[in-house]
Amino acid sequence: MTARRIPWVLIVFLFAATIPWVGTRYDTFLAEQIAIDALFAVSLNLLLGTTGLVSFGHVAYFGVGAYACGILMKTYELPFIIAFPAAGLCAALFALVSGYFCVRLIKLYFAMLTLAFSQIVWAICYKWNDLTGGDQGLPEIPFPNLDWMSSIPGLGDLRTNEQFYLLAIAIIAVCLAILYRITQSPFGRVLTTVRDNPERAAFIGVNVRAYQLAAFVVAGTFAGFAGALYGIFSRGVFADYVFWSKSAEVMIMALLGGIGFFWGPSVGALALVWLNQWITDFTQYWPFVLGTILLILLFAFPGGIVGGLHDLWIRLRGRRRA
Amino acid sequence: MASSLLFSQFMGGLTTAMFLFLIASGLSLVFGVMRVINFAHGSFYMLGAYLAWQGMRWFEPWIGGFWLATLFAAGAVGLLGLVVERLFFRSLYGREELYQLLFTYALVLILGDVAKFLWGVGQLSVSTPPALSGSIPMFGTVQPTYNLFILLVGPAIAFFGWWMLNRTGIGRMVRAAQMDREMLDALGANVGLIYTGMFVFSSFLAGLSGALVTPIQSIVPGMDVLIIVQAFIVVVIGGMGSFWGTFWGSVIYGQVLSFGILVFPSFSLFSVFALMAVILIVRPWGLFGRPLK
Amino acid sequence: MTCGSDCEAAAVLEISGLSKSFGGFKAVSDVSLTVETRQIAAVIGPNGAGKSTLFNLITGHLQPDTGKVLLDGRNITGVAPHRMCRMGIGRSFQHTNIFPKLTVFENLQAAYLVHHGRGANFWRRSDSLYRTETTALLNSIGLLDQEDTIAGTLSYGNQKQLELGLALASDPRILLLDEPTAGMSATETENTIRLLERIASERDLTLLFTEHDMEVVFSIAQKIAVLHQGKIIAEGLPEAVRADAEVRRVYLGHGLVHER
Repeated sequence: MTARRIPWVLIVFLFAATIPWVGTRYDTFLAEQIAIDALFAVSLNLLLGTTGLVSFGHVAYFGVGAYACGILMKTYELPFIIAFPAAGLCAALFALVSGYFCVRLIKLYFAMLTLAFSQIVWAICYKWNDLTGGDQGLPEIPFPNLDWMSSIPGLGDLRTNEQFYLLAIAIIAVCLAILYRITQSPFGRVLTTVRDNPERAAFIGVNVRAYQLAAFVVAGTFAGFAGALYGIFSRGVFADYVFWSKSAEVMIMALLGGIGFFWGPSVGALALVWLNQWITDFTQYWPFVLGTILLILLFAFPGGIVGGLHDLWIRLRGRRRA
Repeated sequence: MASSLLFSQFMGGLTTAMFLFLIASGLSLVFGVMRVINFAHGSFYMLGAYLAWQGMRWFEPWIGGFWLATLFAAGAVGLLGLVVERLFFRSLYGREELYQLLFTYALVLILGDVAKFLWGVGQLSVSTPPALSGSIPMFGTVQPTYNLFILLVGPAIAFFGWWMLNRTGIGRMVRAAQMDREMLDALGANVGLIYTGMFVFSSFLAGLSGALVTPIQSIVPGMDVLIIVQAFIVVVIGGMGSFWGTFWGSVIYGQVLSFGILVFPSFSLFSVFALMAVILIVRPWGLFGRPLK
Repeated sequence: MTCGSDCEAAAVLEISGLSKSFGGFKAVSDVSLTVETRQIAAVIGPNGAGKSTLFNLITGHLQPDTGKVLLDGRNITGVAPHRMCRMGIGRSFQHTNIFPKLTVFENLQAAYLVHHGRGANFWRRSDSLYRTETTALLNSIGLLDQEDTIAGTLSYGNQKQLELGLALASDPRILLLDEPTAGMSATETENTIRLLERIASERDLTLLFTEHDMEVVFSIAQKIAVLHQGKIIAEGLPEAVRADAEVRRVYLGHGLVHER
């Protein structure tokens, strides 16, 4: 119980906020990548871990958010404060439409349809040159106007991308807090009943489809926010951000961290990004390593990192409560 | 000249279709019996191609070298399927489908890099076997003989598969396993053997198609991913688990792709996924499939 | 719950002419049945008689081909299960149907959340809501000492108790129980019967259940309907049913007739 008293989350975020000063530019880059991926993975886990919906097309909403924000900021020169919420809204709308069709299907077909919608988004991004830049994408997305930051003491002498880093992790912190709140709410509790036993859930009065759709829209919205931040972070939006292999990647992140815990996917994002950077330093065979990690996960540690640690903790403490 | 263009497109679409059919049939079979989508099927196809190339390096000077290489490739991939199924897949059967799917994806990642490691990242190619090289004039166009050969092999395998499934004892067991695994188990049939057999056969088919495609297409990394997406679409359209569904799904897909490029050059990519989505929304079990329980 | 026109006649559940075929096979054929308020009624019949199908038709899991289901005079035929529950029908299932990854407490609390319409609340902490009610219910069904156990790890008997609790949390008018003592030992069965009787009288509940165990049926049922090949072949007071010639014929060899 004592572990819960320590505000780990706050500590992590405060630490993350200090990185532009204590770390190198590369550290900041990595931290930002991890934070964005964490939001993306946690949003997926609302579907996967909380509601039991296996979506292979989650990158679609990430992509819609990224392109929406990018297009609004670059092509239409709208400010970030409009483009960012708009990106979330676009992702939410697309999630509503696609989700409406997806939740009507049983598990397997659900997964396949999410994949199909995701590839449709990819095909559109890849081919609609006028809107999305086609296979050239949208390079040079501008940073938001961060002059207001320079007036805050201590932040004035940071580079623009470091200022954006701080803004990004602040936004991500808020998003994660909201998502956490949602999973702890009655709505979140109902989602877990849908996951555990949809038939029974219906028979305590739950309109299963409606709840699944709602989860889908919420998850899609936050994926859209992650995508919007990513577009600015990587200074451009390109069609291969929306390719289905990214959906697999974020799913592996969630599993690696542990889908049974809210903070699992964030840990998974940290682990995977770090591993990726480390491994690609001395070999080009990252897919092989990723595949092996996945195998180990599936056969030996289905609970992921957090799941494994939790089991260990319980065994050390000798309690039954999970 | 328009009619010869149409004919060319039509033949092109059919050839694509027959290749896809060879590959997709294995995917559909495994799904029908084991209810698992094997993402690694495309990787087996790719390995078949690479192994055929490798086989050609050894067997080309011999008589029937191409066919030897093809057999070698298909057999080796079948063997790989056996190893994968026995060693790994077995232990995942009771678990959630998600884990099985992810396992096949892990294979895709691993096998892709294994191929890169063994054969590099460049393009490789295999020459057409002398018996089938050359071309035949038809309707104002010139059709390569090898392509015509493929157009025969496709339906031949279809017929063989249909015959096996519907007219033999083994086929009856497979169909029973498709419908009710537990019942079959209770009846004393060795369901595990059926599963293994199906998986090995499907891997063999994948390797075979990979080997046979080498004279027409160059062997490159990434061909595994390219093909699995298409095979996937085909199986969705035709109906998972349905052999004839896969056949007609391939034909439809081949033609949509072929003529789609003519009519909407930038839309064909979009349209195949849109087609897939529409089918899943309107009739998820495909044109010829049966609703899952 | 509003009553129909005759509140004193008070038939809680009225089924008339219910039929369902599956591709030529008539699973349920023109079944009519009435269950009065606070009555404990049972539907019995040999395996395959159609008992589960009948329950599924009543609770909206299956659409009947013909016939009506009236709850307190209101037509609820074929209404979706989640709405059926809100109208006052509670059901426990033959195979235990609980939320395996949640704790016992969370299982029941979730039912309360939904019943009181809090499911759309995105903001409050769910574990602070309805704690009193949940504890009371746990006490009532005898699972208070297990409240923190993960439901999936409970013993079979305890899972059945939880199952009952889930059905009760929605404050039903009538409780449909599909083989409530299936797979239980003699002691567990006895305990379950006592529990059901106590709950029914505490909450003024009407019960309709199916059973294989004839001892159970004859010990608490006030009215019995016998289903055979989808049709009702006898209906009425236990003694009358027990003495019915047709019923004896159908059950010959099944040990129905125990002279006590």
